[in-house]
Amino acid sequence: MANIQETIAGQFPEVEFAQGETLELNVPDAKWHDLAASLKEAFGFDNLRALIGMDWGEQLGIVCYLVNSKTYEMIRVKVLADNREEPFLHSVTDLFAVAGIYEREVFDFYGIKFIGNPDMRHLFLRNDWVGYPFRKDYDTNPELNPVRLNHEETQDTTVEYVEGPDGKIHTVEHAIFAPDDFVVNIGPQHPATHGVLRLRTAVEGETIKKIDLYLGYIHRGIEKLCEGLTYPQTIHFTDRLDYLGALMNSHCLCMCIEKAMQLEVPRRAQVIRCIMDELMRLNSHLLAMGTFCMDLGATTMLFYALRERETILDILEKTTGARMTFNYNCIGGVRQDIAEDFVSDVKKLLEIMPKAIKEYNKVFTGNIIAKNRMEGVGVLSPEAAVDYNVTGPAARSAGWNYDVRRAQPYGIYPELQFDVVTRTEGDSMARFKARITEMEQSCRIIAQLIDNIPDGEICAKVPKVIKLPEGHWFQEVETGKGAFGCYIESTGTTSPWRMKFNSPCFCLAGVVDHLTRGQKIADLITIGGTLDYIVPDIDR
Amino acid sequence: MEVTTKSMPYEDWKDNEYIESLVSELKASGTNVIVGSLDKLINWGRSNSLWPLTFATSCCGIEFIALGAARYDMARFGWEVARSSPRQADFMMVAGTIVHRMAPAVRRLYDQLAEPKYVIACGGCAVSGGPFKNSYHVLKGVGEILPVDVYCPGCPPRPEAMIYAIMQLSRKVKIEKFFGGVNRKESRKEFLKNHPVSETTN
Repeated sequence: MANIQETIAGQFPEVEFAQGETLELNVPDAKWHDLAASLKEAFGFDNLRALIGMDWGEQLGIVCYLVNSKTYEMIRVKVLADNREEPFLHSVTDLFAVAGIYEREVFDFYGIKFIGNPDMRHLFLRNDWVGYPFRKDYDTNPELNPVRLNHEETQDTTVEYVEGPDGKIHTVEHAIFAPDDFVVNIGPQHPATHGVLRLRTAVEGETIKKIDLYLGYIHRGIEKLCEGLTYPQTIHFTDRLDYLGALMNSHCLCMCIEKAMQLEVPRRAQVIRCIMDELMRLNSHLLAMGTFCMDLGATTMLFYALRERETILDILEKTTGARMTFNYNCIGGVRQDIAEDFVSDVKKLLEIMPKAIKEYNKVFTGNIIAKNRMEGVGVLSPEAAVDYNVTGPAARSAGWNYDVRRAQPYGIYPELQFDVVTRTEGDSMARFKARITEMEQSCRIIAQLIDNIPDGEICAKVPKVIKLPEGHWFQEVETGKGAFGCYIESTGTTSPWRMKFNSPCFCLAGVVDHLTRGQKIADLITIGGTLDYIVPDIDR
Repeated sequence: MEVTTKSMPYEDWKDNEYIESLVSELKASGTNVIVGSLDKLINWGRSNSLWPLTFATSCCGIEFIALGAARYDMARFGWEVARSSPRQADFMMVAGTIVHRMAPAVRRLYDQLAEPKYVIACGGCAVSGGPFKNSYHVLKGVGEILPVDVYCPGCPPRPEAMIYAIMQLSRKVKIEKFFGGVNRKESRKEFLKNHPVSETTN
């Protein structure tokens, strides 16, 4: 890290350095693109993990987390825009493919325009939305943005801001589709998009030429809501983001707050959290598998998968009292001690899972139709996975050996033995198989822990009023879909100044266009199903 | 008249006063023997084969999948034929949060449902906005844009609660007048008049 600092300081004398959780760089906008390029080329920071829009009150800007895809080092870069009225920043879309969609999000919420991003349209909000809701001075008057029942105009052109040689910024218009393209609208209400996602698809015969992604059909403004709540009140929202990774998401937020408070979580709570995370992962993969198979027409598999899922839900329900939105993790530990027969129930589950997995493979994986539908469909290369910030089973099946539990270990994962399931094919079949293998690994983790739950407290002593010191923290966990991140910026009060949930599904949705080009339109369903995005997690 | 569904004793319902008021409203206007008998026959058929529209935006949708799977098995009640096209469905279970951008699409789906059609607001968000009530982008209940027949609270409601909600709906269907003068339809007309879809683009 010291080496990076020295070299960068030599190259870019304007950059200010700080040392927080990671090395922190503070760069003026004019040098941001060059710095990003240098970080990528010279130091291997080729994965843009998060690009977070910020409103510091007086100034707007972005905070970026970059990851080295080989050494897993992380670095933080902060860039400020120079004014609030007409804020411009330079885009890094040409360096990181995922930046395109991240920057559109920031534009939508903060109104920061990115010079060089070829597509500066609204992403989540309607075209006729008034104001930028994440700005601190946003006018919440419902008369400005009433519930409109007319359909918004679909734009066929998009705008790019280009900087001329004299430093003046002018706009260039791009057509989204070619004039003679045949465009099919899929969604927002479509049974196979796993939620309300809209894809405008240009097709030539049955072959997909381009997909234009529309989000926001379930954008609930969770991050903005969090800014008005105290820290303990924000935790339940994480259950409703990716509801199939509820416990893992809330684990992430709790760890982030605990890190800020420097709170030690009792060992018993750590172990319980870990078991719960893995049960949740089983749950997530089972449902992903079941609904995916149903989309391909194998309805029977849904019933097989849900059979085991119900067993898991029973176990979770006995302890937490809920089937889906558990609200089980709390700051300092967990809310309830495990139920009396938790251990015996989990052991029963561990007995039936290997048989069930064998059955899934027998019924579906080896099936000739399934093979034809999945093999060679939607091939993701490891480079594209890094470029599009695809994480989780989708990235590992493409050959990028990245698992947050190993890369940035948290909780008690460093003590546990499990394999990071990696494959090399990168196609839909690989993603499907990777999930099944991960289920085996989850069982393996649970088996190591279930007999060794230590006695003790389930929750650390926390003050009644929780205040975080001034600062910022970023924490990631590995959920069933990929790396879920939680960013908190605090000004020292009881509620966050900014809370950002960096969701893996957002990036998975961003890679759909790349994966489907040249594939058949029926393969869109296969690719979407194996990527396994959850739309409320995309939209937040 | 005790309005109930199969294998559910009348006393077990939680809101019989409401259904009784509907019954007395029905009786007050009087009816012809033949038309009344036809009504009964039609309602018997309709109330036992309500087809839902596959429509879900978030968490509640997953519980709706669980409702369709083997354990809760809504096929027992004649609701299993979940249709993906609104043209073929009888009712719409609004399962999940409805936000500003989605509102016109939801309304269009509702308009596309064939008569007679019903709406169940399923889960806290569809009932009132739920935990996201204060958000700039969330509707305070789907009742803002659709006439709702049954509200089903919960976050998300358990599949049992969903069964109860659909049974409530089938009970309401049982006391409807098919040939004109139906209390429910009148109020719906008024609702739709007050919530017009403005000029439609796209």
